[in-house]
Amino acid sequence: MSSVHNKRFVDQIMVMFGRETKKPEQFTEKAIQVHQLKRMTNKEAFLNASKEAHRLQQLKSQKWRNRRWATLIFANLLFVISFALDIQILEGALTASRFVGFHLIDLNSALQVMLAHKHIINNLLIGTGTVLLLWVLLGGRTFCSWICPYHLLAEWAEKLHLYLAKKKLVTDQVMDRRLRTVFWVIFALLAIATGYTVYEAISPTGILSRALIYGPGLAVLWVLALLFFEVFFSRRAWCRYACPIGLTYGVVGIISPVRVKYKLESCFHEGDCRKVCLVPHVLDTVIKGRAVDTEVAIGPDCTRCGLCVDACPTGSLTFEVKGLSKLM
Amino acid sequence: MSDENTDTANGDRKPEPGKVSIAKKQTNRRRVLRTMLLTGGVLGAATSGFLPLIYSKKNRLRPPGALDEKDFLSSCIKCGQCVQVCPVEAIKLADLVDGMGVGTPYIDAREQACDFSCDAVQCILACPTGSLTYHKPAHLTVRPGAELSSKPILLAKEKDAEPTLNLAERIGVARLTRPESCLAMQGKGFQGTARGAAFDGKLRYMSVDRWKPIPVADFKYDREICDLCEQACPIKGAITVEMGLGKDGKRKGIPVVHEACVGCGVCEMICPTEPASIEIIPGEGWRA
Repeated sequence: MSSVHNKRFVDQIMVMFGRETKKPEQFTEKAIQVHQLKRMTNKEAFLNASKEAHRLQQLKSQKWRNRRWATLIFANLLFVISFALDIQILEGALTASRFVGFHLIDLNSALQVMLAHKHIINNLLIGTGTVLLLWVLLGGRTFCSWICPYHLLAEWAEKLHLYLAKKKLVTDQVMDRRLRTVFWVIFALLAIATGYTVYEAISPTGILSRALIYGPGLAVLWVLALLFFEVFFSRRAWCRYACPIGLTYGVVGIISPVRVKYKLESCFHEGDCRKVCLVPHVLDTVIKGRAVDTEVAIGPDCTRCGLCVDACPTGSLTFEVKGLSKLM
Repeated sequence: MSDENTDTANGDRKPEPGKVSIAKKQTNRRRVLRTMLLTGGVLGAATSGFLPLIYSKKNRLRPPGALDEKDFLSSCIKCGQCVQVCPVEAIKLADLVDGMGVGTPYIDAREQACDFSCDAVQCILACPTGSLTYHKPAHLTVRPGAELSSKPILLAKEKDAEPTLNLAERIGVARLTRPESCLAMQGKGFQGTARGAAFDGKLRYMSVDRWKPIPVADFKYDREICDLCEQACPIKGAITVEMGLGKDGKRKGIPVVHEACVGCGVCEMICPTEPASIEIIPGEGWRA
């Protein structure tokens, strides 16, 4: 039982680093039963009727998306007004800031500086530690979808891309996901070897955050180029195949208690969730016959954006805080 | 593979061991090509950040307490907290043309110099990574001539119990780069606002307000021989305009920069000639 989950836990970490998902070899007894039952009832008319009924009842909810957008805009706005109105609540930019005096330092930026400069001062250590703890608690890549300003622009670019794709004007050019891990290693090595924080020069997160707070510059052109690429060539390319920040936070999220939980029994395996997902490989477990248990936690590469939770017609995907249900 | 394709494969997938269709091989090959293209694009963009460093060697005047340029660029996290605390808004963030320096702070002294209106070098206090620092870590060397012989005395704090700025190194040195255009050298005086009515730089005038910097455009000078650089300098004994007689017997002044100069750039900002007769050479050391 627990060996099944342990295996999946390790598998999901490998998937985050870019491995293709595959059908698991081990299942729990209960999961095997449910899978068998589903296979037997697969083609029966009542199942389709049931699906239809669910579809009709489904509330087209965008609850989590709205909450997330509000949070993302609020957080970035707090940076902007802290400086513009001089209210000093959240000073600095996303790379490093001070929240009512407490140092907060972005993990990837901190890593770049530590590798390039090879000297760490206390404030840097304190700020990095605070942020590390924060995102371990809140779910690692939660940073991506709930805070990163590029994510929001990329979401809108994605809508445009999907619209154009539907009109058959563009096609999504899929790439190898291992690329992101390769980039992470390259940028780490570049920082060590050259002594420059090379990634920070092209980080759309940093560029956008500074553009919002201190006014835009030419660097915004790079961000526009990325968005252009995502609209016309490859869906969400930066977040999916390139961004080392995402991988850094992904690793942090491995041990995070906040995650999306999948319930096998109520799922009709229609795949709506995978269509809206930024990182559909984490939802491979919802494919028929793939779930190793009746309840499965979604892996660390998940950005906890909640689009799948909103999209699921049967409520099979929900947010979960591990341990909290036991406490309450 | 589009999303529709992955969705049709949403049922039981049966991989055929050892058998891959030609179509799939082609898609795979194309995917590898695209992946390599994206790799090249992103790395190209990233390494293009080195170009400005190689070609122009742009010498920026960094905020006070900045580490040497190479160390500064490796340690700055590009957050702009120094920008936020500066009372005269002297600090700006560099853009794309600075390559690896994108997002790093610099001071354009001619537009707005650091006049230490904050009294305590707030930008150093704000810096989270030690790029701007009071105490340089022991393993970093000091540029020749960068070390100040004693803590600089801030004229605004001269009567306080602690009149010094906690600075160990200078960020540059003032040089009379255009002596021929200097008004003092020509024996000329100066009346009026230093930089004209349109100039929006600020400076703290002790005779007006000890605590608040005011627009330079709001202050009128009237000097028999121009000595605005000495008048405006916030550091004690950093610059004097030495009066004497020229070869023609006319009275004239010679601006002389002394060892106390920290390179703040106020003299460059206030100089009424266009372009400025006196300038800060960023990163330059003191030479007697």
